[in-house]
Amino acid sequence: MAQNNSEIRYLTPMSVDVKKKKYCRFKRFGINFVDYKDPEFLKKFLNEQGKILPRRITGTSLKFQRRVAQAVKRARHLALLPYVTDLMK
Amino acid sequence: MQYETVFILTPVLSDAQMKEAVEKVAKVLADNGANVVNTEEWGLRKLAYPIDKKSTGFYNFIEFEADPKVIRKLETAYRRDERIIRWLTFRQDKYAAEYAAKRRARRAAAAAAPAAPEVQPVENKED
Repeated sequence: MAQNNSEIRYLTPMSVDVKKKKYCRFKRFGINFVDYKDPEFLKKFLNEQGKILPRRITGTSLKFQRRVAQAVKRARHLALLPYVTDLMK
Repeated sequence: MQYETVFILTPVLSDAQMKEAVEKVAKVLADNGANVVNTEEWGLRKLAYPIDKKSTGFYNFIEFEADPKVIRKLETAYRRDERIIRWLTFRQDKYAAEYAAKRRARRAAAAAAPAAPEVQPVENKED
């Protein structure tokens, strides 16, 4: 059985994109406070329209995702981050 | 309890008015027995979205220690003063206070650091 599998010849090698293991940057680097005053750091968690990225994309743990969301909302209140924009990055 | 507050002044003020507004806030804090740990001026910054038709604002940042009753007085002072268009008061928990201390140290070092390099280049030319 295994034998005839190898006979299958692909025209182009099938590229299986290796899934990068997502990790929570707060746990990994031991950050334990998300500063609402520094928009550059918070921008890593926003998409182009300025919306907060979900955990399945950023891979952050639940505890820190809530803190990030809270910090982003505070930054938006202080007009450090826009509520909605286009092509912010 | 440790608090930090950021407030934005309208850009149309003259320097004197701006200083006076900041002093007013500092006075409110001082009168109510809050000891101010650190004040910073981030100066004129572009707002991410216009606030009452203005696209820039004068940011101020104050870290202080006070008991909770003072915060109500501070907030009423903010509401009364129409030059202050937006503010946010934040209670620092354990991690936030640690972070703030580190941040102050870093800014102090940054403030001191640029002075040093400027001296070196001058010496090199003389050699």
